[in-house]
Amino acid sequence: MAGTVITITSGKGGVGKTTTTANLAAALALLGHSVVAIDADIGLRNLDVVMGLENRIVYDIVDVVEGRCRLRQALIRDKRLPELHLLPAAQTRDKSAVSPRQMAEICDALRPHFDYVLVDSPAGIEQGFRNAIAGADRVLIVTTPEVSAVRDADRIIGLLEAAEKGPLALILNRVKPDMVRRGDMLDVSDVLEILAIDLIGIVPDDDSIIVSTNRGTPVVFDERQPSARAFLNIARRLRGEQIPFEPLREEGLIDRLLKFMRS
Amino acid sequence: MGIFDRLFGKRPSSRDVAKERLQLVLIYDRAGLSPELLDTLRDEIVDVLSRYIEIERDGIELHLAQEGREAMLVANIPFRGRVKKTPSSHVQE
Repeated sequence: MAGTVITITSGKGGVGKTTTTANLAAALALLGHSVVAIDADIGLRNLDVVMGLENRIVYDIVDVVEGRCRLRQALIRDKRLPELHLLPAAQTRDKSAVSPRQMAEICDALRPHFDYVLVDSPAGIEQGFRNAIAGADRVLIVTTPEVSAVRDADRIIGLLEAAEKGPLALILNRVKPDMVRRGDMLDVSDVLEILAIDLIGIVPDDDSIIVSTNRGTPVVFDERQPSARAFLNIARRLRGEQIPFEPLREEGLIDRLLKFMRS
Repeated sequence: MGIFDRLFGKRPSSRDVAKERLQLVLIYDRAGLSPELLDTLRDEIVDVLSRYIEIERDGIELHLAQEGREAMLVANIPFRGRVKKTPSSHVQE
């Protein structure tokens, strides 16, 4: 059966697209699926370092497009999860090195061999974004509960609807339940009312993301972390499971004490 | 902002302010409509309608509203007297 191409995008930079892509790819692989993650941010590649595969890059996506290697040769296999692969971006070129048509061709070439092809989109609404959505069967929009990120997400949703890309689903990242309770952060319900699209995940703000990125180990490998559970739940929803949305827990004194003792 | 301000209802929470500001800015973003363009649109609508009815220009309300992801142009145009049977060829001053 042919795989599904899922693009992760946001409009605004710095809201967690790359972290989300790395973790969903790893989560789907942990659930037993064959996965390839494509870094579509040519010139500003980062998915490799977030996944911890930066030292193993030989060829990249531009080498594939320009015929210097075969697609298979450019894929890096993750040794921790043999079903997890990365197609890295080029670091020394720019977005124009790959066209939307070429990106769609790469997705089509990968689709028969993997259950999931995840595409990490660059920020913005220019060619890099158009490349990233070119081959998508579905699109996940990542945003944080801040006015600038939600506004940009809305712009992206409008562009995706105009391009008849879908289905679309929202990931609300870096939610701080205590701030929501104090009335100082937009809640999930606020963002959903404003953007009027389907929700696929709520990811709590979590310091362990920074630690896992420091180490190059996606946080989903440590299921105790609150964000890891959130990403695993999104992965399950992507494969069609009905997972209810749990209200985010506020960190209590005991949580903080445990975290302190573990660190 | 302090808890006391909120307890005594002095200021709305920043969450509510954010939501309200976003809802407003997105209506105009989605339609690609600037406030200046909206003014021009209002003037032209009034010019056309004036050929049929006598309009109170100061009483006109024209704004964008939102339902889901669909935008609506909402107009409230009070007028005096009866609708003219034959439209006047020139614009009411």
